[in-house]
Amino acid sequence: MPGLGGFVAGDIGTGHDRVAARLTAEKGYPDLMGLLRDTLQYIQENPEKFQQALSVHVRLSVAALALAILIFLPMGVLASRNTRVGPSLLNAVAAIRVIPSLAVLFLLYPYLGEIRRLIPFLQPTFALALLALTALAGPPLVVNTDAGLRNVDAAVLENARGLGMSPTQVFFKVQFPLALPVVIAGIRTAAVEVVASATLASFIGVGGLGTFITSGVTLLDNKLLLVGAIPVTLLALLAETLLGAVERFVAPPAA
Amino acid sequence: MLLGPSGCGKTTLLKLVNRLYEPTRGRITVDGTDIHALPAPALRRRIGYVIQQSGLFPHMRISENIGIVPTLLKWDKARIATRVDELLDLVGLPPADYRRRYPAQLSGGEQQRVGLARALAADPSTLLMDEPFGAVDAITRTRLQDELRQIHTRFRQTVLFVTHDIEEAVRLADEIVVMREGRVVQFATPMRIVMEPVDSFVANLVGANDVLRRLSLVSVSEVLTPLAGPVGPVEPRLQRAARLRDALGALLESGADRVVVIDDDARPLGTVDLGVIQRAGTRSGAGWPAEPAVGFSGQQGSV
Repeated sequence: MPGLGGFVAGDIGTGHDRVAARLTAEKGYPDLMGLLRDTLQYIQENPEKFQQALSVHVRLSVAALALAILIFLPMGVLASRNTRVGPSLLNAVAAIRVIPSLAVLFLLYPYLGEIRRLIPFLQPTFALALLALTALAGPPLVVNTDAGLRNVDAAVLENARGLGMSPTQVFFKVQFPLALPVVIAGIRTAAVEVVASATLASFIGVGGLGTFITSGVTLLDNKLLLVGAIPVTLLALLAETLLGAVERFVAPPAA
Repeated sequence: MLLGPSGCGKTTLLKLVNRLYEPTRGRITVDGTDIHALPAPALRRRIGYVIQQSGLFPHMRISENIGIVPTLLKWDKARIATRVDELLDLVGLPPADYRRRYPAQLSGGEQQRVGLARALAADPSTLLMDEPFGAVDAITRTRLQDELRQIHTRFRQTVLFVTHDIEEAVRLADEIVVMREGRVVQFATPMRIVMEPVDSFVANLVGANDVLRRLSLVSVSEVLTPLAGPVGPVEPRLQRAARLRDALGALLESGADRVVVIDDDARPLGTVDLGVIQRAGTRSGAGWPAEPAVGFSGQQGSV
């Protein structure tokens, strides 16, 4: 990157925007379209690098979401059904919510060895990022599952029993299907958060689209930054749209 | 028919029968067997259950809603499909139009019909109905009551019906249980309840002082004067199932001296004049049997 070194040292602390503006002028970016063209060109010139990052990002996000659904959905079911454990579980989840994912990453970083022993089949840094993202996805899943299940009309549930359904049948045939739109809304929120936060995984060297963002920031290269940022945004929008469609699909039809 | 003001325990009594509530003591039998002889879900599959606002499951199609109990009883698919269509026909909803719809796409009255069809699905000998027509408009309610009466005449289930509407009770019941604060205060035919309320509470509840209500309990065929001589062509006619209240209305409207009671083939059976109505309307109520058959015809121990 010739021509950058000269002002990086002096200006890095004064805000990325100003630097970016100067960079734009100096390197002759005429407009936003030019910047976007360069971004696209970078992707075209480094297809393997880009695909590798995209693949890591998607795998990390999907794995974290799946793991979170496995863990936290049953937890939400438990919270909705158990009046003693329920409230404290919800409080605990609310507490988790305030811990930043980045903090989880750095706090657990020294324990990579232990993580390697616990989860030997995954790369330890990947496993660590996975844990942090799974925890991040937890709160919306627990909260929505609990709320969705508890908001099903009690009269409908009693009626289901009155018709002769066993408690299991009442849950799987009536209560859960009726709560499903709210549960899916929780998954949607979690998915968007996970996709966006998976960028942080690059801080501990896992890779993913965050790598471009981190490099872009460090190198003051807006094009590189966008190589990461635009696909992350598109992925988040995609997750939002797809799950929104699923949500509408499972909602009982109105008049 | 369980009748009483809000909070008197009608619904509680009903839910004790299908074990949505468990009794603290005492014994309940349905068709002679103790309700605790079976697991609760198995018991409930043998008892039809209809609640206010139908209680249909919004995420299931009409056919699935009606087929719930047969599905729980593990009938095969073809048999369920046939049964669903049969029931939709029975409650007056064309199967081709309705089977694939969702409850939200139906009017309140239609939903209530589906609720009834669902309760009848596995042909239960006992039906529990908890204010099933409480949330529909008056016209639809009357129509649904008539249909229920027809269905009951045909299948003769024992129906335990909760209502706070005296008109509905009088219209449908063979016998009425009047409840107050968790106790049964009177258990008798609608006629007796209205004519001989045990106390002022029952009298007020059923409007025993309302002469028109009393007249609506007596059918014209019970008090008619046998025919003597020919009847004029312009004299008002009434079917023999009509009530004295209808006769009074016909008299007032036509200005005639008497109404002619006719049978199903329009043959005159006798006449009712103002004197007859007047005698029936007086509280002492002389001149008709104490326990006439009113309400459901072909009753079978329906309360």
